[in-house]
Amino acid sequence: MTEALVIGVGNAYRGDDGAGIVAARKLAAQRLPGVRVMELNGEGTSLVEAWKDVPSVLLVDAVSSGAVPGTIHRFEAQAGPLSKGLKHRSSHSFGVAEAVEVARALGRLPPRLVIYGVEGKNFSPGHNLSPDVEKAVGQVVGRLVSELRASI
Amino acid sequence: MKAKTIKVDVLARVEGEGALTVKMKGDEVQDVEFRIFEPPRFFEAFLRGRSYAEAPDITARICGICPVAYQMSAVYAIEDALGVKVEGPLRALRRLLYCGEWIESHVLHIYMLHAPDFLGKDDVIQMAKEHPKEVEQALRLKKTGNEIVALLGGREIHPVNVRVGGFYKVPSKKDLAPLAEKLKWARDAARATVSWTAKLPFPEFEQDYEFVALRHPGEYPMNEGRLVSSKGLDIAVKDYESYFFEEHVQRSNALHSVLRNRGAYFVGPLARFNLNHDKLSKVAQEAAREAKFKPGCRNPFKSIIARAVETLYACDEALRIIEAYEPPEKPAVALSLKAGTGMGCTEAPRGTLYHRYRLDDSGTIQDAKIVPPTSQNQKTIESDLREFVTKNIRLPQTELAWQCEQAIRNYDPCISCATHFLKLSIQRD
Repeated sequence: MTEALVIGVGNAYRGDDGAGIVAARKLAAQRLPGVRVMELNGEGTSLVEAWKDVPSVLLVDAVSSGAVPGTIHRFEAQAGPLSKGLKHRSSHSFGVAEAVEVARALGRLPPRLVIYGVEGKNFSPGHNLSPDVEKAVGQVVGRLVSELRASI
Repeated sequence: MKAKTIKVDVLARVEGEGALTVKMKGDEVQDVEFRIFEPPRFFEAFLRGRSYAEAPDITARICGICPVAYQMSAVYAIEDALGVKVEGPLRALRRLLYCGEWIESHVLHIYMLHAPDFLGKDDVIQMAKEHPKEVEQALRLKKTGNEIVALLGGREIHPVNVRVGGFYKVPSKKDLAPLAEKLKWARDAARATVSWTAKLPFPEFEQDYEFVALRHPGEYPMNEGRLVSSKGLDIAVKDYESYFFEEHVQRSNALHSVLRNRGAYFVGPLARFNLNHDKLSKVAQEAAREAKFKPGCRNPFKSIIARAVETLYACDEALRIIEAYEPPEKPAVALSLKAGTGMGCTEAPRGTLYHRYRLDDSGTIQDAKIVPPTSQNQKTIESDLREFVTKNIRLPQTELAWQCEQAIRNYDPCISCATHFLKLSIQRD
């Protein structure tokens, strides 16, 4: 049984929008026991399906809130609605924030859902992360590992 | 110009990134510009120098919602260049995969993106609070589509099992059996969706569109056919670029796809339904009739009903394919490389998707052209908006802005897998 699920959200072809995907790949490489890692494009219904029946979910996505690029945001979905000022930069308009709120309305939020948002800078076509974002992704992976070790 | 600019910075339920600017002088609309970001331009360049075999996987990345459409147009175009024809169970499996994508994409758009407009809700979050049953049904229906794509595509997001000539791995009859059970439920749910969408309140709005879609003698179009229109066009896919071209738009850098000597045209579910209603399965035709939804419909807001009818058709067609399926001997037909140019058109959920590739004798892509449905609809979307704003100019600005967004969503524009703000500015002189 999967005890924890890590979901990297984004589009690896849109610059810093790939932050979540890169984080997921780095984490997957560590092969932590009991941890499943998925890459998704952020389409909301797939997220709601993905976290169904999973007790603990950690999600990483790129965000664009006007903060300094590389800033790491952390939210606990159970704590309340996601900040309205935080506009997600994922590929789809029925995205992470909407998926969380729809799941909340339908009683389908996982018992624990932690969302890491990495503030991006450049979302134009291309494969590379901006240096500040790449550094932040490394830090997020470290924090994910600590959270997973503490919870499993 | 003393302009008043109002920005509506909302999650606009349009796939991707778009900007709409309406310029007014007094109460008169001077100009409407609907801008979209076009990742295909980036991908066209990215494909040059890559092997023909990589095209299905690379182009699948253009859109997170319709990767299958990109794969399908890519494989048909490359097979055309290599002089290969994929028939029998392999062709049926491609069609089954496409049914999965139509279900996923249409259900997402009907319930999560478009229905909230008609119900007077800001978004699906509000809708989920007041209509949880419909949203739960939508999630389950969409999941049926996801499962088809996951089974045949190898995984749900960015399927990897499609290749030029067929598939890497094909399912057994036993693999497909569990899908059939789920599709029977989905077919009923889709039928209910048709009557549900038909009862939504629709604004009175019509234009004299030229509808364009593929047409095939034996089936509702997905994979192939001739390109036909409601005003008499009837051409082979290989002649696409002799009839359709991209026109430079004055005052901006945008390119608009137009039909030669005619101008704007309309692709997508409403166009397919209007041009191919007779090819729908009996169940889908019945449901449309019961909903009093007839071919010849020129109200773009009713495209939500066309999407529902096509969802029902896709469930029904998927069941038919699964019931008739006998696995092919080999997962793909043999290919021999040669230099040449090939074209392919398939019907993406949002409309006709054209690909052209030029290959050298080693199968390396020399040149690629991709025309997605949203760029083909762009000029029609602008024309709708011009008409719509002119007619509704007395509405309060925020309501007008919201209705403009709804009018754009009629086309399910895949502005594409980029970012998702629709920035609307109304500039008043």
